[in-house]
Amino acid sequence: MSVPAFLSIEGLAVRLGGRVVLHDVTMEFPRGRMVALVGPNGAGKTTLLRALAGLLSADGIIRLDGKAVSTLTVRERAIHFAYLPQDQSVHWPLPARDVVALGRYPHGAVDPAHLPSRDGEAVERAMVATDVVAFAGRPICDLSGGERGRVLLARVLAVEAPVILADEPTASLDPRHQLEVIRLLRAAAAAGGVIFVATHDLGLAARFADTVVVLDGGRVAAHGPPGMALAPQVLADVFRVGAFRTDHGGEPVIVPWTVV
Amino acid sequence: MKSSRVGDGTLLAALGALVVVLFVLSLGTGPVRLAPGTVVEALFGQGGEAQRVIVQEIRLPRAILAVAIGGILGLSGAALQGLVRNPLASPSLFGAPQSAAFAAVLTLSLGLADLRSFVLPLAAIGGAFASVFGLVAIAGKNASHLVIILAGLAISSLAGAATALAMNLAPNPFAALEIAFWLLGSIDDRSFRHVVLALPFIVVGAALLVSRRHAFRALTLGEDAARSLGVDVGRLRLAVIAGVAVGVGAAVAVSGTIGFIGLVAPHLVRSLVGYDPGRVMVPSALAGAALLTAADIAVRLIPSTTDVKVGVLTAIIGVPFFLHLIIRDRRTLAGGPS
Repeated sequence: MSVPAFLSIEGLAVRLGGRVVLHDVTMEFPRGRMVALVGPNGAGKTTLLRALAGLLSADGIIRLDGKAVSTLTVRERAIHFAYLPQDQSVHWPLPARDVVALGRYPHGAVDPAHLPSRDGEAVERAMVATDVVAFAGRPICDLSGGERGRVLLARVLAVEAPVILADEPTASLDPRHQLEVIRLLRAAAAAGGVIFVATHDLGLAARFADTVVVLDGGRVAAHGPPGMALAPQVLADVFRVGAFRTDHGGEPVIVPWTVV
Repeated sequence: MKSSRVGDGTLLAALGALVVVLFVLSLGTGPVRLAPGTVVEALFGQGGEAQRVIVQEIRLPRAILAVAIGGILGLSGAALQGLVRNPLASPSLFGAPQSAAFAAVLTLSLGLADLRSFVLPLAAIGGAFASVFGLVAIAGKNASHLVIILAGLAISSLAGAATALAMNLAPNPFAALEIAFWLLGSIDDRSFRHVVLALPFIVVGAALLVSRRHAFRALTLGEDAARSLGVDVGRLRLAVIAGVAVGVGAAVAVSGTIGFIGLVAPHLVRSLVGYDPGRVMVPSALAGAALLTAADIAVRLIPSTTDVKVGVLTAIIGVPFFLHLIIRDRRTLAGGPS
């Protein structure tokens, strides 16, 4: 490839309780990529995201812009890798804006009541992008599931990290909000980031991802552009489904259709 | 930031003023009642000899201890609630005062130390550390309210039983009686020796807890999200355990067990500052100081032949409050982690 790698992963492996749950993942991505991470339940999607976020001890080398991330401080890593966990619970009813402001925590802006202007602007941008300004002052527990999902996404965008690791950001959202969330993440990719989205929605992956990584049993089963990584044989082998395929307006449509 | 919340500065000033007023009232309360003006005069070395002795030597240590102990209890409650993200957490629920008391009683009944020795707070700190550490370990990453409460109950009961055993086996029955009264929780008749024993530890514990206040806010999103924001959750946990143990352990060593301030104080200030676990901390300390000082004034005003211990009063008021919280939150409590 002629494009230089921005994020490279070399021999990444994770052991949990003596069992290898992620085997030798090696791949690289240039800037501006939307990467869909798909695979059956237990395939290792969340494990891969958590390892990239530095939440699990893993073997192998992760390089960002040529630099091994193991040499970064905890704070530098937090500035470069923003993680949106699948578990969207918020334990105290903080105002939505204060939740978004937590995205500036790794930048040293730890108190949402006294944000330096640079951080305040980042919070503002993230809130405008996710369209949550209208309920900035409302406690997050009073918001609907969709609103809360957008606030938490705004929190991740507010980090303004070059790498975003989103674990099933579209689960529990209605169709419209699913499309909006994907649009926002694509915009973050277009701005020069590498955006990972773990999802069960093969249709979204096929349509919106630049690269699809198919995990199966902790191994990369396929990796490449959607058409290749989600080829009928892969779907049959990994997901054990057959799909209805077509295209609409030049974009691929994949709908899981039959059980193989 | 513009919002409808009470400004932090205003609130802290108001709570601080309340503590000062109660502090002066506390210095004026006792067998000899003194007007606030007289108290302030005596405090600054003016006025009559008798008043000066009463205020500076007899009542001042007690008033200082009420503020310090109430403050550290309120702060510890807020910190533990922030750490386990559970509004029912408090030092008492974690068995900290009970375990500290056990360690202190063991030291006393073995004759290793007397009530005025530095060994006592150190033993109490060790006891409190063991119980809080144990409970945080049991609670793990995402324990339900039920697990925390049951584990806390078990640890408190164990500490209570161990204390009873230590008293049971105490070589001297008079010592056992003295210990039993001490356990009820009181800051009656304390001297500057007690202030010197406890205050340095309390200040260190409080500083450790307050310095972590912003991390609790990040923890609102759960442990993984907090770690991804750069919070070292393992170190935070250890800091809270150490801060609570050092502060509460030292407090118990001079006052016996005084419960429920740590539960009540954060709840009172939440109605003023909101649920932000970082913003609750300092107001909660001030509310705790005000509560214990007020309770300590109350026990001196209650007409009775034997004096009521302040620890008894806080429990009598605190337990119904705890029940009220349980009844209010019983639906979410049944549902595991919130």
